[in-house]
Amino acid sequence: MKHPTPRLLHCGDRALVIEFGDSIDPALNDRVLTLDQLVAGERIAGVSETVPTYRSLLVHYDPTIVGHAELGAKLLALALVEGVPVPPGRHWRVPVIYGGEFGIDLQAVAERHNMTTQEVIARHSGGNYRVYMLGFLPGYTYLGGLDPALATPRRQDPRLETPAGSVGIGGVQAGIQCIAAPSGWHLLGRTPVRTYHPHRRPIFLIEPGDHVTFLPLPASEWEALDRAAERGEVVAELIEG
Amino acid sequence: MSVLLVETVGPATSVQDVGRTGAQRYGLTTSGAMDRVSLAVANALVGQPSGAAAIEIGPLGASFRASRGAVRLSLSGADRAASCGGRAAWINESAFLAQDETLVVSAARSGVFSYLGIAGGIEGEAIYGSLSVSVRAGLGSPYPRPLRPGDELTVGTAAADAPLTRFKPQPIESGPIRVVLGPQDDALTPEAVALFLTTEWRVSPRSDRMGYRLEGPKLLHAHGYNIVSDGTVPGSIQVPGNGQPLALLADRGTTGGYPKIATIISADLPRFAQMRAGGRVRFVVIPIEDAQQEARRFAAMLAEIPGRVETLRTFSHRRAERGQTATILRDSRVNAKEWENRPAD
Repeated sequence: MKHPTPRLLHCGDRALVIEFGDSIDPALNDRVLTLDQLVAGERIAGVSETVPTYRSLLVHYDPTIVGHAELGAKLLALALVEGVPVPPGRHWRVPVIYGGEFGIDLQAVAERHNMTTQEVIARHSGGNYRVYMLGFLPGYTYLGGLDPALATPRRQDPRLETPAGSVGIGGVQAGIQCIAAPSGWHLLGRTPVRTYHPHRRPIFLIEPGDHVTFLPLPASEWEALDRAAERGEVVAELIEG
Repeated sequence: MSVLLVETVGPATSVQDVGRTGAQRYGLTTSGAMDRVSLAVANALVGQPSGAAAIEIGPLGASFRASRGAVRLSLSGADRAASCGGRAAWINESAFLAQDETLVVSAARSGVFSYLGIAGGIEGEAIYGSLSVSVRAGLGSPYPRPLRPGDELTVGTAAADAPLTRFKPQPIESGPIRVVLGPQDDALTPEAVALFLTTEWRVSPRSDRMGYRLEGPKLLHAHGYNIVSDGTVPGSIQVPGNGQPLALLADRGTTGGYPKIATIISADLPRFAQMRAGGRVRFVVIPIEDAQQEARRFAAMLAEIPGRVETLRTFSHRRAERGQTATILRDSRVNAKEWENRPAD
């Protein structure tokens, strides 16, 4: 590992970053989520919110309440605490309609890897994915655990608009995109699940550290599920245990 | 409640307050006013809390009519001409808009964003404590998008005997925009960091509430331009593959995959956000200790704004309806010098 001990970095005068490394690695992400949990438990005066990512924790704070030196020392000490159990996370089964108008890149991805579309669907939906982080856009869920045989470099020419609910792959990552946005990822399918729905409670479904598997469904199911999701139903299944 | 009707409006005009916090871990950005100081001044002029929702007006003009009831409002931020029911209205003052009168603001002469403060506030449904419009997230109230002609905002009704107020701004600071280096300045070559700090950058016309693109020499990365995504703040200066810096602002993504060479200090964000396309900007590094000192000074300055609002005169609805307002305001505007030296009453 490039940084065996965590690095403390300034992100301006109102945020600190604790960086554990610079790669996509479940062990690194475990350390991020553990620190996130410890910081939440400490209720440090002046800390307003935290943003866990693959390999770092960003801590927003108010410098009129706590200075960078005091907070930095506290965060570094918490980052070095050992033996803290990693938060277990929950396990979601997320329905996906693959291919056709729902996944416009499925055919091309299959051809690229000399597979049938059925094989791509089986490999993609068969994975047990870890939610590394949410970021960039509301509800955008970054997943690790893609079958390496499906790894596909991002598009050279990112699309200016891709639909809400797109389920795609980019490099070795998989993702669920909640709102329409530009994207350079390959779109395999769409889910009716709203990882973000401002008029539902909870507004956000999935937490960093949760797990996701995909359930392929026929296109005929789309309309009813999409309507239910729009009304505020979860439509993803929470698997116990 | 009164109703304020949007008659004409240019781009980038939307309801904004101090922004939303608490959901950046889910990818929901803060949004909020691009210039927090001017938002606070506009609010203080009409007795609203410093971070309350106001109308952020983009660089072009706009007009608003009090289509039901009277409205007391204020204007702060970018310098521009304005009139209220045909009477001249002024930046950093409050004014009274009787029913069926129209507030007209022209395009900004300098700066970008103005704030229209409204006594009694704007009615809407807060999400994560904020009415701020975020187009991408589909959030904002009463409209989850920039304002359009025909939109109606339910707002506070002007109280009888509402005071007219003014605020004397402190001189605008000039000089380079101050930054703290990092968090990924080591992802660029030392020459690129030096070049970043010696270049006079040009603000690109392809700039918006998400961020301001800067044009100048190409900054070179030490080892590739992709990093594994991590968190951003307003003021994060990313350097993407084309080597042209992008300063992230109110509507930024919460995480990003490009190295961040430096971060604009929070106290300088309002000044930076008021820079126009084509404007020139330099950056200077200050130590984190100085940046935090500036943040504390900035917070104290924001807190003092309401106490620095002067009351000009008390004003009654009835008098306004009889049409005597115009006389009062005209009389007090005959001579700008005389006006400046006149004691507040």
